[in-house]
Amino acid sequence: MSDNGLRSDTRDRDLRLLLGVLLATIGALLLWVFYTAVASDPGPRLAEIAHAKVPRSGVSNPVTSVLLNFRAYDTLMELAVLLAALLGIWSLGPAAAPFQQAGSALRGMVAWVVPLLILTGGYMLWIGGQAPGGAFQAGALLGAAGVILRLAGDASAGLPNEVQQRWLIIAGIAMFLLLGLALIPLGGGFLTFPPVMAKWLILLIETAATIAIGATLAAAYVGGRPR
Amino acid sequence: MMTAQFLYGGAGMVLFVLGIWSFLVHEPLVRKLIALNIMGGGVFHVLIAIAYRGDDMAPDPVPQALVLTGIVVAVSATALALALGRRLDDLSPGDGPDFSPPAPQADLPLRPKEHAGGSADVS
Repeated sequence: MSDNGLRSDTRDRDLRLLLGVLLATIGALLLWVFYTAVASDPGPRLAEIAHAKVPRSGVSNPVTSVLLNFRAYDTLMELAVLLAALLGIWSLGPAAAPFQQAGSALRGMVAWVVPLLILTGGYMLWIGGQAPGGAFQAGALLGAAGVILRLAGDASAGLPNEVQQRWLIIAGIAMFLLLGLALIPLGGGFLTFPPVMAKWLILLIETAATIAIGATLAAAYVGGRPR
Repeated sequence: MMTAQFLYGGAGMVLFVLGIWSFLVHEPLVRKLIALNIMGGGVFHVLIAIAYRGDDMAPDPVPQALVLTGIVVAVSATALALALGRRLDDLSPGDGPDFSPPAPQADLPLRPKEHAGGSADVS
């Protein structure tokens, strides 16, 4: 090894050491701040307001009330982020070549697992109103079904052709926006759900969001514009 | 159980710092991406720990909803970064096969089908 390389090696090691010390200090500082925050009285928080309003939100699971009702704006923007990420992936070129067709054992497993995942996704979507669950968990299960199909040799991860895929991936954000805008003439304002119909509005939005999230995750795994 | 809350959130902070370290020290893009995800995981840990309000009270749903949102955003950002990395690899096949298995002769390593015609011409 040349003298020069040796010197840059030691410099590299020194730099890493310095970085380690620096980050350990930052970590200790963060831990100390967190400890004092946890140990002290938490003071007023949003939790009280959120829990007090849950009965009027249309669902009894507080997390779903926050996601789909109190902070519906966040969830709308999140669906937009998913859509933007997929558009970015599609704009980078066509999808890679599909994997080879699965053997009979894997094919047999896929034939069992994929319907089960879809069924579980439907259950997750429905149970989200009362217990942990909801559109994201259900969408993740649908996306997982797509990943399994792609791994077993399906070129499009179980998704239909490109035109139909485009409709699927905008389903969530479109339903959100349409219902949100339709509520304005009813007097509430954008995405302000009237308590009487909140449950069904949330279910409608969550169903569309589940389909959109599942399709987007599966299409992202394909990794390019559909061929 | 304040100890459990502190341990859980503290573990998140340790993960966050380890993620920064790995992100700064390692050169390959895939390792940086994994490091970013570990940092994100640490932040989610802290948020979940903050949501705890004692054994006799229901947890705060607001940070929990933020974590749920964050996971989906992290997954989609990771997918986009992986796609960008693979495209970079396609454009510069010579250096660093960070994303694709090394393919000595192919200039588009991940597209054997398109390449098959080209190599037949040469031989």
